[in-house]
Amino acid sequence: MSSDDALIEIVDVTKAFGAGERRFLALGGVNATIRKGEFFTLLGPSGCGKTTLLRLIAGFELPSSGEIRLDGQEIGHLPPFRRPVNTVFQNYALFPHMTVAQNIAFGLEMLGKPKAEIAATVERMLTLVKMTELAGRRTDQLSGGQQQRVALARALAPQPKLLLLDEPLSALDLKLRKEMQVELKRIQHETGITFIFVTHDQEEALTMSDRIAVMSRGQILQIGTPREIYAHPTNRFVADFIGETNFLRAAVKGGRAVLGPGVELPLAAGTADGEVTLAIRPEHIRLVPEGAAGALSATVGDATYFGTDSHVHLTLADGTGIVARQQTDPEGTQGPQAGAVLGVTFPPSAVQVLED
Amino acid sequence: MQETEATREAAQVRRNWLLSLPALCLLAAGAIGPLFIMLVYSFLTPGKYGNVEWIFSLDAWRGILFTRDIFDDTLKLADAHLTIFWRSVRLSFMTTVFTFVVGFPTAWFIATRAPRWRAFWLFLITIPFWTNLLIRTFAINQIIRNEGFLNTALIKIGVISEPLNLLYTDLAVFVGMTYVYLPLMVLPLYAAIERFDHRLLEAGYDLYASRLAVLRRIIFPTVKPGIIAGSILVFIPSLGAYVTPRILGGGRNMMIGNFIDLQFGQGRNWPLGASLSVLLLVVVTAALLIYVRFANRDGGHG
Repeated sequence: MSSDDALIEIVDVTKAFGAGERRFLALGGVNATIRKGEFFTLLGPSGCGKTTLLRLIAGFELPSSGEIRLDGQEIGHLPPFRRPVNTVFQNYALFPHMTVAQNIAFGLEMLGKPKAEIAATVERMLTLVKMTELAGRRTDQLSGGQQQRVALARALAPQPKLLLLDEPLSALDLKLRKEMQVELKRIQHETGITFIFVTHDQEEALTMSDRIAVMSRGQILQIGTPREIYAHPTNRFVADFIGETNFLRAAVKGGRAVLGPGVELPLAAGTADGEVTLAIRPEHIRLVPEGAAGALSATVGDATYFGTDSHVHLTLADGTGIVARQQTDPEGTQGPQAGAVLGVTFPPSAVQVLED
Repeated sequence: MQETEATREAAQVRRNWLLSLPALCLLAAGAIGPLFIMLVYSFLTPGKYGNVEWIFSLDAWRGILFTRDIFDDTLKLADAHLTIFWRSVRLSFMTTVFTFVVGFPTAWFIATRAPRWRAFWLFLITIPFWTNLLIRTFAINQIIRNEGFLNTALIKIGVISEPLNLLYTDLAVFVGMTYVYLPLMVLPLYAAIERFDHRLLEAGYDLYASRLAVLRRIIFPTVKPGIIAGSILVFIPSLGAYVTPRILGGGRNMMIGNFIDLQFGQGRNWPLGASLSVLLLVVVTAALLIYVRFANRDGGHG
């Protein structure tokens, strides 16, 4: 299953903590392949196992079963100091008794690099993260953003094959976080190093990643590009966690999903009769006059105005609540009034059939 | 307005001084007074039956290093004194190093327990303080003497046939002092290690540092304030130890403390005792200053 551009292969990895009654399965059989040069994000709510997976790759934890391969070599049981992998820690974990430059040089010294090479690399790293002027500072005299840059430079200095980033931006304020997102992308581009990035922030994941693995309860639910994950979620958790989504239940009859009288959607061939859950993004829902062809009838609840658009809350005939996102029109016309009865349509291509 | 504010503040300061005057007087009389008496006595002549005669003399200071020959009255280097000084410094240094070697893992162990267990382990460490030093030292005496527990046990199981001559040796004094001063090393080390950010260990391992490199390059520099405090707390009382060398070292393996005691007792040379005490004080203070200065030179972290 190894392909040429695979850097990391995670094969059936499980991780359990504790034993007996208090045994807790943090990862239950995870598979993933991360390609060279990729910006790969592990996305999920807290406790989903994303940090555990990162720590397994770094070597701070050993897998209970399964294999972690780097360039085809099993590394799952090596100690962290034998893996060509470096980490940017959530709270940076800079050495408080060393200067910025000493922090960056530490990994290179431990690898036994010659002095001249260390000095040159430290200089290059300082330039890369724009910290040249602060090389002699003690790390406790730095701001959060500066510490972040030092942590990045320290982890990149030994030129690892893989850089792991454990929610590195979570401690920064919003403005600084946006700035560092751009910086991280620039630095990844300049160094060409593969990044594995852990976050619980879906927006951060969507804007920065080449590919995202969405995790929940110790499982990877879906791996794909940000576009694939957003537009084609395969499962209810992914659809719900990434962006906003309306869920509709529909009966399956003869390979078609029946939503209401005269409202049917074709399904993939071979779908058995029964029920399915459909997901539709609020921005794909169109409001039409009641009784229009192929429209579901819905009663308007309230609407929230956001400037560029407004969110209209509707209730379908079967009592399901849905949200439609309406672009503000140039004339600034008042949106639908509460209590009005409207028709709701959506293009069939915007509907995702979810695995339950 | 400003004027009155200033005067009021000055009055307040004056009142504060006046209020603390009794305590200050007591401290001055109790702490500085005896030191002053000691300093004065060190420049006097010994009395025949102890005490001093009020005749100025530098003999006591000369007597620290030299003795006067009984027959021809020439000054000779006092080998016995030097042996005692050397033994004191050597044993105190060994005790400091050894309590660190034993105390560091102990403190690390306690600091890495779950928070609710730490108090329990610290409590165990402080238990020896509940018993009188004299009794604890006699207990060690009982264990290591020729007919004591250790020798009896070793002979019974056939490891040795003759009892090991442990009591009244430098080794016995060293063992005793290590036992007595170990908690003084463990407690400051614990305080420093408890504040240690254990994520730095992972950062170290992640950056290719072996376990030994993490210990040397990350742990020791970060907990240095604790190491300094522990070393001072062990070294200084060791240097002036009295009970331990007296009971475990016997009459021959004296340390400075016993030597000073001797001057005020059988030696009947109070000025020499006083000069030795002042010397000890000066040496300890100087060592302390140098150590603290040296330790703070590279980064005053913590």
